Amino acid sequence: MTCESAQAPAAGAASPPRRRAAGETVRETEVWRALDAVTDPELDEPLTEMGFIEAVEVDAAGGVTVRFRLPTYWCSPNFAFLMAEGIREAVAGLGWPASIAVRLEDHLCAAEMNAAVDAGRSFAEALAEFGQTEAGGGGAADLAEVREKFERKAFEKRQEAVLLGLRARGFTPADLAAMTLGQLDLAAFDAPEAAKQAPRYRSLLVSRGLARAPGDHAFPDPDGAPLTVEGYAARMSALRAVRINMEFGGALCRGLRENRYREAAAPAKGCGGEPTLADFIEGRVPLPVGAR
Amino acid sequence: MFVTPEGKEIFVLDGHTHFWDGSPENHRNVHGKQFIDCFYGYHMALSPASEQWDKARFEKMTADAYYRDMFADGMVDMAIVQSTALRDFYHKGFNPIERNWELKARHGDRLIINGSFDPREGEKAYEAIHQQIEDYGVKGFKLYTAEWNGDSRGYKVSDEASHRCFELCEKLGVKNFHLHKGPTIIPLSLDAFDVRDVDVAATDFPNLNFVVEHCGLPRLDEFCWIAVQEANVYGGIAVALPFIHSRPRYFGEVMAELLFWLGPDRIFFGSDYAIWTPKWLIEKFMAYEIPEDIAAERGVQLTMEIKEKILGRNAAALYGVDIEAMKARLANDPVAVAVAAE
Repeated sequence: MTCESAQAPAAGAASPPRRRAAGETVRETEVWRALDAVTDPELDEPLTEMGFIEAVEVDAAGGVTVRFRLPTYWCSPNFAFLMAEGIREAVAGLGWPASIAVRLEDHLCAAEMNAAVDAGRSFAEALAEFGQTEAGGGGAADLAEVREKFERKAFEKRQEAVLLGLRARGFTPADLAAMTLGQLDLAAFDAPEAAKQAPRYRSLLVSRGLARAPGDHAFPDPDGAPLTVEGYAARMSALRAVRINMEFGGALCRGLRENRYREAAAPAKGCGGEPTLADFIEGRVPLPVGAR
Repeated sequence: MFVTPEGKEIFVLDGHTHFWDGSPENHRNVHGKQFIDCFYGYHMALSPASEQWDKARFEKMTADAYYRDMFADGMVDMAIVQSTALRDFYHKGFNPIERNWELKARHGDRLIINGSFDPREGEKAYEAIHQQIEDYGVKGFKLYTAEWNGDSRGYKVSDEASHRCFELCEKLGVKNFHLHKGPTIIPLSLDAFDVRDVDVAATDFPNLNFVVEHCGLPRLDEFCWIAVQEANVYGGIAVALPFIHSRPRYFGEVMAELLFWLGPDRIFFGSDYAIWTPKWLIEKFMAYEIPEDIAAERGVQLTMEIKEKILGRNAAALYGVDIEAMKARLANDPVAVAVAAE
């Protein structure tokens, strides 16, 4: 991987608009835009920015197929299922799709998940099935728990970006402790990360019921306790810890993804007849009998 | 030995190295392939382009390469070789102590070979502990809580079975335990890399030392929280350190947290060789400064004195290595000659 490519987007380049591919239809472009709203739950980064979406196809009847691929064959199945669900919801939100097929590629639970989609079963059911055969766990309840755990972290990561952005604009901890949702809506940001995260923060603030009316506190913690001046330093310390943990995963995933695509894109080298990593990922290597 | 531009000698003790055989001939099943592929993915993802190896070289390590990468090119004075059995994945194990011992025969004084055991095996684990202490004189063990064993996909060091093993080790005078608590490979509902079980073990065994390899990342906050409570918990920076190349600012944030919560005496350098080679890690670490705003936020600095502690002094203290005596002995060890003869 090139040295700086895994860095957070540089100032002003938060999310370069994806260029419309040659021959892409208006509807396909609409699907790509809808997918910008789907995040990797562990990283809170859009799948489109992480490069996880492989292809979008819309057929004449309005049927949508989305193919996605994760940085490794062994990425957490929990997250794969949550992402698949997110993709399906985002595409359904467009209104017009006649059918939606989500295809996970080159992943240890791809077969189970794709079969569940074909049979019209929920991803949670598929995970439960996968969990039973693979590790004696998993299922809808666990999936909901994972989703909740990581949505809290996403909320905290976004909140930190907004708070740091406002501090950079000269707001004091006292200003921030007193700030309401109505005032936050009027705030402007210089820092690109804060500008990017502000609407995403607001969306979770509202959807999680932590603030609704313009007079509500703008910066409650995930349990609803408002930010205080005395608690400001401790809150920022906690938020930083959440971000450090999430960035670790993000940086590792970007690096692994780049490496995987580089190898997969290269012609099979065939080290002395041995299959390469690319062959393995591409499913060109039969699994030994008895090994899953 | 790293020598600063001012001529100061820095003794380097690499706290986390391996000597594995992950070659296809040794794969027991597909998981053996997945495991080494995962390591290779980390290697390629975080190494500078000039330090990336081809797959075949990476899969099976040789004693010659170990010697060259560590002691000749790598500026490492001493290294700890961690043992990991992974017998469910590899016919002969991944890097079991018998294999690691081949290195000891060659490089004697420079190496500390740690053993391994699996508390889930009960009596067999006690035997393994006795045998490794008696036959190899091990001073520490590596515990891999996420290791598979039959139907089990992991264990906790807070388990009763682990407790009994720690009691035995303490009785036999072995005090150092390295626990892999880092990024996951195939986590489902049960996450065996969770760092919180260390809290229980560290409280129950105040005379034992627990080195949390990879600082629990991506659960740095939980690790720091435990380390603040328990004076016998240490952090190994393998895996965090290579970010110094691709994301130097991020590395600064991790170091600032560790220095703020643990202080400078409980942080250990580790290359995780051969996932990463020590030379570039040491060079970049010695040249590194935590970005000003991050350092100011936490009120910490990565001074020369602290770097020296992290690179060698802290681990030397834990393993009872007399640095001055060792430097004198190694001064006669013909590193360059041996390499030239290769």
